[in-house]
Amino acid sequence: MSRARLRAAGLVAPLAVFVGVTFAVPVVLMLVRSVYDPTVADVMPETLARLEEWDGRGAPGEPVYAAAAAELMRAADERTLGQVASRINRVQSGLRSVLVRTPRLLRETPAGARREALLDIDPDWGDPATWHAIRTAGDALTARHYLHAVDLDRATDGTIGRRPEEERVYLRLFARTFGVGLTVTALCLLLGYPIAYLIAHASPGNARWLLALVLVPFWTSLLVRTTSWIVLLQTQGVVNDLLVALGLVADGGRLALVHNMTGTLVAMTHILLPFMVLPLYSVMRGIPSRQMAAAASLGATFAQAFRRVYWPQTVSGVGAGSLLVFILALGYYITPALVGGQSGQLISNFIAYHMQTSLNWGLAGALGGILLAAVAALYLVYDRAVGIENMRLG
Amino acid sequence: MTLSPLGSRLARGAYLAVCGLVFVFLLAPLLAIVPLSFNAEPYFTFTEGMLRLDAEAFSLRWYREVAGDPVWRRALANSLLIGSAATVLATGLGTLAAMGLASRAMPGRRLAMGLLISPMVVPLVISAAGMFFFYSALGLAQTHLGLILAHAALGTPFVVITVTATLSAFDRNLSRAAAGMGAGPWLTFRRVELPIIAPGVVSGALFAFAASFDEVVVVLFMAGEAQRTIPRQMWAGVREQISPAILAVATFLIAFAVALLWTVEWLRGRVRAAR
Amino acid sequence: MSGCDEGLLERIDPATLAAAPDGTPATDDFLPDTLLECSVGTLFYSTVFAYNDERMPGEKPATLEDFFDLERFPGRRGMRRTPLVNLEFALMADGVPVEAVYEVLDTPEGLDRALRKLDSIKPEVVWWEAGAQPPQMLADGEVVMSTAYNGRIFNAQVLEQQPLVIVWDGQVLDIGQLGIVAGTRNLDAALEFVRFASTAPSMAAVSSHIAYSPARRSGLALVGTHADTGIEMMPHMPTYAENTRRVLNSDWLCWSDQMDAMNERFSAWLAQ
Repeated sequence: MSRARLRAAGLVAPLAVFVGVTFAVPVVLMLVRSVYDPTVADVMPETLARLEEWDGRGAPGEPVYAAAAAELMRAADERTLGQVASRINRVQSGLRSVLVRTPRLLRETPAGARREALLDIDPDWGDPATWHAIRTAGDALTARHYLHAVDLDRATDGTIGRRPEEERVYLRLFARTFGVGLTVTALCLLLGYPIAYLIAHASPGNARWLLALVLVPFWTSLLVRTTSWIVLLQTQGVVNDLLVALGLVADGGRLALVHNMTGTLVAMTHILLPFMVLPLYSVMRGIPSRQMAAAASLGATFAQAFRRVYWPQTVSGVGAGSLLVFILALGYYITPALVGGQSGQLISNFIAYHMQTSLNWGLAGALGGILLAAVAALYLVYDRAVGIENMRLG
Repeated sequence: MTLSPLGSRLARGAYLAVCGLVFVFLLAPLLAIVPLSFNAEPYFTFTEGMLRLDAEAFSLRWYREVAGDPVWRRALANSLLIGSAATVLATGLGTLAAMGLASRAMPGRRLAMGLLISPMVVPLVISAAGMFFFYSALGLAQTHLGLILAHAALGTPFVVITVTATLSAFDRNLSRAAAGMGAGPWLTFRRVELPIIAPGVVSGALFAFAASFDEVVVVLFMAGEAQRTIPRQMWAGVREQISPAILAVATFLIAFAVALLWTVEWLRGRVRAAR
Repeated sequence: MSGCDEGLLERIDPATLAAAPDGTPATDDFLPDTLLECSVGTLFYSTVFAYNDERMPGEKPATLEDFFDLERFPGRRGMRRTPLVNLEFALMADGVPVEAVYEVLDTPEGLDRALRKLDSIKPEVVWWEAGAQPPQMLADGEVVMSTAYNGRIFNAQVLEQQPLVIVWDGQVLDIGQLGIVAGTRNLDAALEFVRFASTAPSMAAVSSHIAYSPARRSGLALVGTHADTGIEMMPHMPTYAENTRRVLNSDWLCWSDQMDAMNERFSAWLAQ
């Protein structure tokens, strides 16, 4: 390698290592969780090995029961039983208490056939579904979280099918997230294009001020902007007060503008609008104003001149701004959480929910993996089309 | 159909009105909460007194409350500490990397750029979740150091992008001329390159600082009680109870944003002047 | 409870807890179901529903059924964003007697029935997450009624003079517990604190600030007046006879088994 190459690589290396360790590795490990969880396999290896010989119908034989009894008791002593029980319970609801109760009661039963002892403790131990659940949870390497993330399920016979209607959530949620992203992108384009045009073709003095008006919200804290929208849009808020004062809305019929999808769309459009205006402005600034005048002097109407002369030259800016807004919108979490109510929640909110509340980390990882794949694909398009280093920051 | 002069004037008027409304949409939310933060009452809607511009309807009550509250004071201290430490880390590493990336000799440039920019592209919830597990395992969750490292990682893309942009305008002949006159790489960097890219470095640093100062998702996942920052405190306030105290903090943050914007624009002017 | 099984909490020997002022051992003094393997119950709190008297002209809601009655009481309702308690409320309002609620809920048909009942008010529900939200939403008129923790409503009533009214009918009673994170370096200090916080005077002291009632008989006997305003606390307690004509004791065993499945169903239901 030449000296110049070495020098360049040497300069980049410290940051590459830093970002790798503090950021990339953690994200990759989180995604690994979505396909790999050895908890049950580590605690019940013998049981799982014996279950290999089970035909999947009816109750398994005594060796399986003996192994399960021994391993559950050891898990209780080592206090890993709860983790195992909660993993299995997630596959088959209702087994948690059976699993937790079993070792305690086993200690009080005399030695002998474990099968009878377990069946005495709970009839669930005779149900093939229980053993299927243990076997499923015991798969350290599994695709079931990804299946779950797209509302699919694998039946005990191995076939994959859709989950029952009342359990389908995530496809709808992905669709909603994409829908919100597209809507916000369209709104930003609709609002951003006229003002970008205004700024790009204003006198330099005016342009500076107008641009500052776009950049002040850009630099203002996300939480401040979200808070402002709550203050403006709530039932007793400024917008409703104004509508009532103008007589457009009755005092008793105040509009629900926040804590629903409306709140999410309005606040996100506001927050992302500068990301649309800036690339549009960059492109438009390079288009001489004289072009439109020239087209008009040749007899073109404004609409014709715009469509044939101006718009084609701004398409690259429209693409750059739209991609950027769409990518950012897909990952939005804070704003929907604060102003979205129930109907305005996006996929990120569910990832956070499974991380923090339901503690279903495998599912959180799978949902995150799908979202990340979508974002990464869009990023590649952006990098090809615009070049990441040409991104204009503020 | 060509528009008549009157028609074209009307069309232009309508267009300016639309632009005006968009600017109102952009700025009204910020403008509305500033006066509300001076509300003498514990409400966040305009009272009749405020609309009459009655002096008694306004007060500094909420500013006093925030300034006197140890929780907010600690949040400010945390935000400043974490923000500045993360900025120093991000700026140092980011500037070096940008200089490497600007070189045509850099091997695997596209891939390296992808890795270095990824903290800005990956949705924050995913970053925060991954960091939570990883930093917990290392005992770094619920520590200031953990948040500093996390925020530094999130801030580096801004430094890399701004400094790379400045360097692309940089005339390499200057470095070669310095080397030709016998200056070593360090002397060339310090006396020739750094002064020219300095505005880019500083504005990258400001972006990195602003990113940390405003970051709340990673803080939500990783911070303990002792690491609560201003955005974390605002999040709690907004979720539970928006008191005008939150609006007082918000007004302070808007003023801070204006100051940052002004500084960055001034620096941008310097970069342009240097070209 | 799940924390104990999962090895997240230290075991606490009830025999080491302080005896009542009259010498009754702790194990006899604590009310039934308040002492668990890894935690000590200190107070009873309850989820009730409340309304704003000033914003409810005319007829006032008096029963849990009224909360689900959009015809007689139109307007938005606040509920906590969780299946917990809401499913129980729904079944009780749908005519399931208190004793049978968990039995019904434990069946797929029961769960469907509860969700169907919630369906009837779903478009009008504003979901809250933090306990401070319901009193705020009621005061602002964001909702006409809301489920809430009884102590939060009490605080809004006496400390902020908000005209909020609690409807005790169909309240769901639960026990606030103290536990110790397993493997802590400060185990002795933590045990010391649990012992202190679970004495009768400590419990009574908490009850002089917020309307949550002591988990031991000797503590209940010490409940007096509110520390700031001097009003009698007993009538505001969730365990007060007047307030317990229809009360459901939250069943943790049912929930620890069904929580994942219920959460899953509930999220799906919310998203639909």
